[in-house]
Amino acid sequence: MLNDLFPNVDWEIMWEATRETIYMTAVSTVLTFIIGLVLGILLFLTSPTQLWANKVVNLLTGSVVNIFRSIPFIILVILLIPFTNFLLGTIRGANAALPALIIGAAPFYARMVLIALREIDKGVIEAARSMGAKTWTIIYKVLIPESLPALISGITVTAVALVGYTAMAGVIGAGGLGNLAFMDGFQRSRNDVTFVATVLVLVIVFIIQFIGDFITSKTDKR
Amino acid sequence: MIQLENVVKKYKTANGSLTAVNDVNLSINDGEIFGIIGYSGAGKSTMIRLLNGLEKPTSGKVTVNGQNISSIKGKELRNARHKISMIFQHFNLLWSRTVEENIAFPLEIAGISKAERQKRVLELVELVGLKGREKAYPSQLSGGQKQRVGIARALANNPEVLLCDEATSALDPETTDAILDLLVSINEKLGLTIVLITHEMHVIRKICHRVAVMEAGKVVEQGNVLEVFQSPKATVTKKFVSQVTETAGHKESISQMLDDYPNDQLIKLFFVGSKTEQPVISYLIREFGVDVNIVHGNISPTKSGPYGTLIVRIVGNDSDVSNAIQYLDEQGIKTEVIKNA
Repeated sequence: MLNDLFPNVDWEIMWEATRETIYMTAVSTVLTFIIGLVLGILLFLTSPTQLWANKVVNLLTGSVVNIFRSIPFIILVILLIPFTNFLLGTIRGANAALPALIIGAAPFYARMVLIALREIDKGVIEAARSMGAKTWTIIYKVLIPESLPALISGITVTAVALVGYTAMAGVIGAGGLGNLAFMDGFQRSRNDVTFVATVLVLVIVFIIQFIGDFITSKTDKR
Repeated sequence: MIQLENVVKKYKTANGSLTAVNDVNLSINDGEIFGIIGYSGAGKSTMIRLLNGLEKPTSGKVTVNGQNISSIKGKELRNARHKISMIFQHFNLLWSRTVEENIAFPLEIAGISKAERQKRVLELVELVGLKGREKAYPSQLSGGQKQRVGIARALANNPEVLLCDEATSALDPETTDAILDLLVSINEKLGLTIVLITHEMHVIRKICHRVAVMEAGKVVEQGNVLEVFQSPKATVTKKFVSQVTETAGHKESISQMLDDYPNDQLIKLFFVGSKTEQPVISYLIREFGVDVNIVHGNISPTKSGPYGTLIVRIVGNDSDVSNAIQYLDEQGIKTEVIKNA
């Protein structure tokens, strides 16, 4: 029945591509979360009047974030080819897409982290300081828990964007549904392959959004 | 014992430097409730933050519990802060934590073990009257309950000093009184020093032993609350005192009186302590043959005794009136002739 509707779809390959997309999205989301969080917290704490107020560090971090956030992803992928090659010894396969995915998404997420942290009531940070809390304690007991819903909805948006990025990375040979849709679907004019690949991408996106929204509402006690 | 010596705090702003605290000398005794009153911008918020090192003085010395707060740093300052806790106008609770987790927060910071934390939290919940609400989140509490959590949290590490930053300014009058009563009972039960800043004379009147009045970064007046009420010197102090001694329409009724009876004397009497309980007016009428018309009266109980004012119109011949006033003076009741409202 499915084979009649989509005569050109090889389900084995389709499933393989789906797994690659999920793998690339999952790994890059986790690493983007960690790197973006660190960058975002650094941006926040070094901004004026904050605990580590430091113009130079703030400006440097801010510039790096802004530069990588501004480069269109497809160009970033190409620019990073030598770096990926140096790092992994290859520019093909799912792992080869990861550096570009993370470098493209982490600065984007760092901005969202910064916005989330700015929403925290200054008084709460002051209260923690008045109790004699170390900066490190303030980070993991105040900043992160108090901005958690925003951090999670931010990473949800980022993960959805990353699904799109994996499709673009697929074009240069990273594998996954984007690669399949382009190489097998578009280039060989097999519209049914493109269609199925698109539906699967949509399913992945919906699942990510659902999980993200669920956790966000669970953590929000305001 | 808290001591401020020649403390100056300047801020750099876009249009030059701003002096928030200007050469303040102050000493606060152990176990007393000390109030700092001033309008917004008077420098009282900065002042209270100098006491726990959230702000560093530009010059001068701040000593709390024998430690020079203005010069210690890092771990030493953080440890000192365990003994100088603070409550806030907007409570500043962590919304992500329940009541008991909020109260446990300073204990976590101080590195207290989990078992001990739980025991202490239970005691504190009981002390501030929040039993049954331990698992609630701040968003499920009323303002007064939130401040109770704030107080419990502040008391967690058995501080010696409690700083109150406009702690009742966001609460309604009834809740304000309940929180003030709680502060008094804590002060009496635990013997800790309370320093509070406020813009409401009512708060000072109700719970403070001593008061300092701030204006434009300077302490313009300080002393025993009753004395300050009795004879306010600075204009700003007089304004604050009138907050609690005068009612709405006070000025209008006096100026009306002055217009209607331009030849009679309108006199304001000040009673302090047990004098407020003596029947002086009836004696006045009986002995001096004058008529007394009461225009306005008020008694404000303070921490160190009641304080009352009475505005009367005394009618009679000149010598009788002056004899009557002399009698009042002899009784230790201060008098003041009102010329205009």
